[in-house]
Amino acid sequence: MRKILGVSLIVLLSACASQTTQPEVDDLAAGSGSGSGGMSSSDLGGSGAGRPGYFSQLNDPNSVLSQRSVYYDYDSYTVKGEYRELVMAHARFLRDNASASVILQGNTDDRGSREYNLALGQRRADSVKNMMTLAGARDAQIESVSLGEEKPRAMGQGESAWSQNRRTDILYRGE
Amino acid sequence: MIVIISRYFLFFENLTAMSIYWFKSIRSAWILFLCLISAYSHAQLNIEIFGGGASRIPIAIVPFADENKLQQSITPVIGADLQRTGLFKLVDPAGLSPHAPVEVVYADWANRGANALVIGRVVALSSEQVEIQFRLMDVAKKSQLTGLAITVPTTQLRAAAHRIADVIYEALTGDVGVFSTRIAYVLKRGNKYALQVADSDGYNAQSIIEYTEPIISPAWSPDGNQLAYVSFENKKPVVYVQTLSTRERRAVASFKGSNSAPVWSPDGKKLAVVLSGHGGSQIFLVNADGSGLQRLSKSSGIDTEPSFSPDGRHILFTSDRGGSPQIYRMPVTDSESGNAERLTFEGSYNVSPDYSRDGKSFTFIHRNNGQFNVAVQEVGSRQVQILTNSKFDESPSFAPNGKMILYATEINGRGILSAVSRDGQTRQHLSVQTGDIREPAWGPLPKWK
Repeated sequence: MRKILGVSLIVLLSACASQTTQPEVDDLAAGSGSGSGGMSSSDLGGSGAGRPGYFSQLNDPNSVLSQRSVYYDYDSYTVKGEYRELVMAHARFLRDNASASVILQGNTDDRGSREYNLALGQRRADSVKNMMTLAGARDAQIESVSLGEEKPRAMGQGESAWSQNRRTDILYRGE
Repeated sequence: MIVIISRYFLFFENLTAMSIYWFKSIRSAWILFLCLISAYSHAQLNIEIFGGGASRIPIAIVPFADENKLQQSITPVIGADLQRTGLFKLVDPAGLSPHAPVEVVYADWANRGANALVIGRVVALSSEQVEIQFRLMDVAKKSQLTGLAITVPTTQLRAAAHRIADVIYEALTGDVGVFSTRIAYVLKRGNKYALQVADSDGYNAQSIIEYTEPIISPAWSPDGNQLAYVSFENKKPVVYVQTLSTRERRAVASFKGSNSAPVWSPDGKKLAVVLSGHGGSQIFLVNADGSGLQRLSKSSGIDTEPSFSPDGRHILFTSDRGGSPQIYRMPVTDSESGNAERLTFEGSYNVSPDYSRDGKSFTFIHRNNGQFNVAVQEVGSRQVQILTNSKFDESPSFAPNGKMILYATEINGRGILSAVSRDGQTRQHLSVQTGDIREPAWGPLPKWK
């Protein structure tokens, strides 16, 4: 197992050697033999050289694609109806731009266990990932991770802060 | 450990009989005294005492001769240690100052209600070394219970005081003392996060590592030499193991997705970790060097916060498989196990289990009416006791002797550490520095125990 992971790490690193910044990321999927592909977070924040043209589309304020956050109810990871179109738009974008890829970061408010919140944030990111793959985005284009309650957007106690922190952010790699 | 135990003066031959004797003799007329001592404690040590406390051992600790010449007095540390357990009541020694058995007038101490008396002296051996002599006296029997002389560098005076508190605690309760243990926690100051290790009372804090990204979930190796923890320095959670003496560290779980919630198996050979790369958040076993990944839990949802039973055969964990986060127990077998038994049933949010070292109970966080509190449940009878009534308690961690629980709580929006006695009758805030403190983990007994 360790050898397989080691080899996959080398392959992974050489594959993205031109832009890697953080080498300590393995690919769990490769180790279990369920397929290659998969990305490491080392792709995030690449060099910017050869920046694909689709980024202008992503940042067009008139496009739903410029919206990158999905918000949740307390203790919930269900993507509410009002965010379905946002998620589906990104899913279609990924489907139509095979070279685009995203990292989905799930977040929670700061009430309760940090580790449980980490897992809850993961569920939030995974729920968005599932919707996206069902709509045609490929698994290898999406890495879902969780920041739990560790990186709040809004500080302080109370529902106005908490509601901003219960969210999944969609980050395009290389952006 | 630099403390050297040079000689024991005398040992009481039957500790069990002794502790029974103490507990019986205290029941008589203690209500009035409780009030006096309680007020005294608030002023001196910021310890909150609740309830009757009928079984507290009244103990007088006389400031040791010449301890005021030291940079750090010994007896205040001993007193704070003992009082924090909730098993002792400090009797004010004002006006009396015996330092040797011949100077003790037992009737004076009996009149003040003290059952036990601690006396001693400090002898400077050189500018860097002192000998601390102490004796624990039985007031009713007018005799010495135990005593100790410790030679210690002047830089280790608090450690010596903790060692003495351990000896007193063990002589009077029959349980092992935990004052010489260490704790780990995360300190957030500004935008910096430090993983720190400190004495069990929060003093002598040292940073093991510092980042500008969050750190959570420190976990002690059973030998106390290493800490596992989760760092977000790579923009996502990754599990590291760090050796305290060399500061050397390695990533043991940095797979695709999130990696978190490390805990050591009792033999120190493996870690249970939580990975999201296979879907959901699931519990895996991994060797301490990062090899040999093996899936342990199998659900489609959240399985996290593993805690090993002391015999290594079971794992407690938090799961939302029943619709709300509850605590479950599963056997640790070679094959993937779906045989999990639900243990908590009261309320819709029970998380963060930590087994007691005897495996008979576990502490956890229970939510009730929007409050998050420390609770304890017996594994056998499933009896639950809620120990705190603050608003945002997190990360409860049992002391190695199972008599106290360390946890994180909040006061005026600032995270601090607090310790509560197993019966919930005594609580004390430990934090002695500025900043936001969270994620405490109580370390193992030192090797010489």
